[in-house]
Amino acid sequence: MSERAITAMRAGLQSCAGCGLLSRPGPEDDRGNCPRCDQRLSFRKPRSLERTWAYLIAAAICYVPANLLPVLTTTTASGAEHDTIMQGVVLLWSPTGWPLSLIVLFASIMIPSAKILALAYLAITVERGSIANTEQRVRMFRSVELLGRWSMVDVFVDTFTAALIQLQPLMSVEPGPGLFFFAAVVVLTMLAAESFDPRLIWDAVDESEVEYA
Amino acid sequence: MPEEQTPSAAVRTSRALARRHGISAVWIIPIIAAALGVWVAVNRIMNEGPKLTIYFTSADGLEAGKTKIRYKGVDIGTISAIRLSSDHRVAIATAQMAPRTQGFFVADTKFWVVRPRISGATVTGLGTLISGAYIGMEIGSSHAYRYHFIALDTPPVISTEAPGRFYVLRAGDLGSLDYGAPVFFRRLQVGRVASYALDKNGQYFNIKIFVRAPYDQFITADSRFWQASGFNMKLSASGLSVQTQSVLSILIGGIAFETPEDDRLEPAARSNTVFTLYSDRATAFEPTARHPQTYVLIFNESVRGLAPGAPVELRGIKIGEVADIRAQMDVRTAAFSVPVTIHLDPQRLGVKIVELNSKANLEAVRERLIEALVAHGARAQLRTGNLLTGAAYVAFDFFPGAKPVKIDWSQSPVRLPTVPGQLEATEARINAVVAKLNSLPLRQIGDNLNKTLNDLDLTLVSARGALNNANAMVAPESEQRVQLDQTLAEIRLAARSIRALADDLDRHPEELLRGKRAESK
Repeated sequence: MSERAITAMRAGLQSCAGCGLLSRPGPEDDRGNCPRCDQRLSFRKPRSLERTWAYLIAAAICYVPANLLPVLTTTTASGAEHDTIMQGVVLLWSPTGWPLSLIVLFASIMIPSAKILALAYLAITVERGSIANTEQRVRMFRSVELLGRWSMVDVFVDTFTAALIQLQPLMSVEPGPGLFFFAAVVVLTMLAAESFDPRLIWDAVDESEVEYA
Repeated sequence: MPEEQTPSAAVRTSRALARRHGISAVWIIPIIAAALGVWVAVNRIMNEGPKLTIYFTSADGLEAGKTKIRYKGVDIGTISAIRLSSDHRVAIATAQMAPRTQGFFVADTKFWVVRPRISGATVTGLGTLISGAYIGMEIGSSHAYRYHFIALDTPPVISTEAPGRFYVLRAGDLGSLDYGAPVFFRRLQVGRVASYALDKNGQYFNIKIFVRAPYDQFITADSRFWQASGFNMKLSASGLSVQTQSVLSILIGGIAFETPEDDRLEPAARSNTVFTLYSDRATAFEPTARHPQTYVLIFNESVRGLAPGAPVELRGIKIGEVADIRAQMDVRTAAFSVPVTIHLDPQRLGVKIVELNSKANLEAVRERLIEALVAHGARAQLRTGNLLTGAAYVAFDFFPGAKPVKIDWSQSPVRLPTVPGQLEATEARINAVVAKLNSLPLRQIGDNLNKTLNDLDLTLVSARGALNNANAMVAPESEQRVQLDQTLAEIRLAARSIRALADDLDRHPEELLRGKRAESK
């Protein structure tokens, strides 16, 4: 990037997050509403990093009980059984069922943790004003946004199972407290991704270019 | 930073503005998350139940992580690990118990594996056929906490929490009793056999029974327990009577008890009172020994039909029984005799001893009594009680003619005098007669008799001859008869003249001197 690319912010324009309309903020207050869709306008997502960090920390905290507490309580004639996610993975692991086991492993354990780590990495690099691997980081952010919701699969499966398997005297399945924390992890990481403003990555590049120029 | 463009400045102001605003409200979310996490963690740690170690002889059916520990049907724990002891003797299970169960685990809390079990009258643990074994438990009453337990091999038949009392029955043999065998009171099942164990010396069984709450008050110190196993058949003049407690007891045995009528007012027996378990109702109600005394009787006759337990009677009243029958041989004289040991307990058998001073020395009184009885001719005798079976009994009776006997009180047991049995005595008498008969010189007598008869025959012949002669002499036409007649006529004449002479002499006695006077006079 030999020449400074013009950005909306540098042009003094705010782009609407809802409809994409560029508009000039009022001279006094830069926080106007979009004249087209009445969306709140700002140059960058307000307090993006702070909010990302808050959601990330909350997600990381919830990640611990989500994996330690049982997500599913199966009550059969032989008594109740409490399974955590990892136990579910182990339970599903069989010569024929291993793909399913891997899906659960990826969707429920790897992806949430990867998301937390990725967002934390992004937030740290942005905070430090790092300019390295910018494109990679943007790609990483996109995949986090894309994959993040799939972690909800586990929550859906569990809630469906709990709703469907209610053969009261013989067998019943109930969600455990771990499921609540797991859902919280998924939702919080999604919120964190949502709060993160990828434009901040480029802002750092911009600023460094200004400094080096 | 470029100063010429306002939007950049606005961004800056905006950022500065944000910092001035202080901490964003969004931080509440991680705080809430942290609080929740901490709360869950604390809850977990605080509610961590106790960990128990339970030793099993066999962990058959137990599964780590699956097998539950249940109390009154409530899951209060899970077996978390099972391993073998270092000496491979027992399986050691670690159990993670539910929170706030610490108070359950006291010294006498019991654990056992619940499996399907069919024992006599009870079928338990059928549910475990589907669900697999679980561990049952019963909370003890002790206050000493414990975290190591040895599981029972068999589940306790009776829950210690059920109201009622335990009693211990002492029996020589177990009969057909088993865990859970019923205990009957007036044919109502009121309890069960809880456990049984052989005494340390192997002498008898200690059978622990449990009697349910309202019925335990009927057990007093004098209650009698007997084996109600099987049935009792009696053939009498009135027909066949079969007695049993219940069909159940025929199949699996049982124990019945009864309390003598006059004991009803006595207080109920305390828990774990030891009773004797009798073999049947009749033995159970035999009065207990009061002052048993042992004596020995020596019989020189066959004791066939006499068995231990045979009654000893005094004039038909039972005063004791035969305890032991042996045989002894005197090498010197080659005399064979049978010492019979008897137990006398007249008081137990309801014999009243009149004017017995309670303070008197019983021993001395007894000695005096027996001395007196023996002095009056009391002797023991073997008698046949039942002609069909030949069962014999010992009878004391008075034989006034018996030889006086001195009782040696220094012996133990004291020997009491005997007389031969009735049959024996008769036999002896007949024998004596036969012997006497044998000793008669019958042959000689016969010879003599024969000779005498021959003589008699001859005598009779000659007698007949004599009589014939006599007959011939007195025949009317015989010479002798005529002569006799004549002689008689002459004798008559002679007699007449003698009479005349006599008359004459009567009138004139002087004629004897002077001679006959002249008629003329």
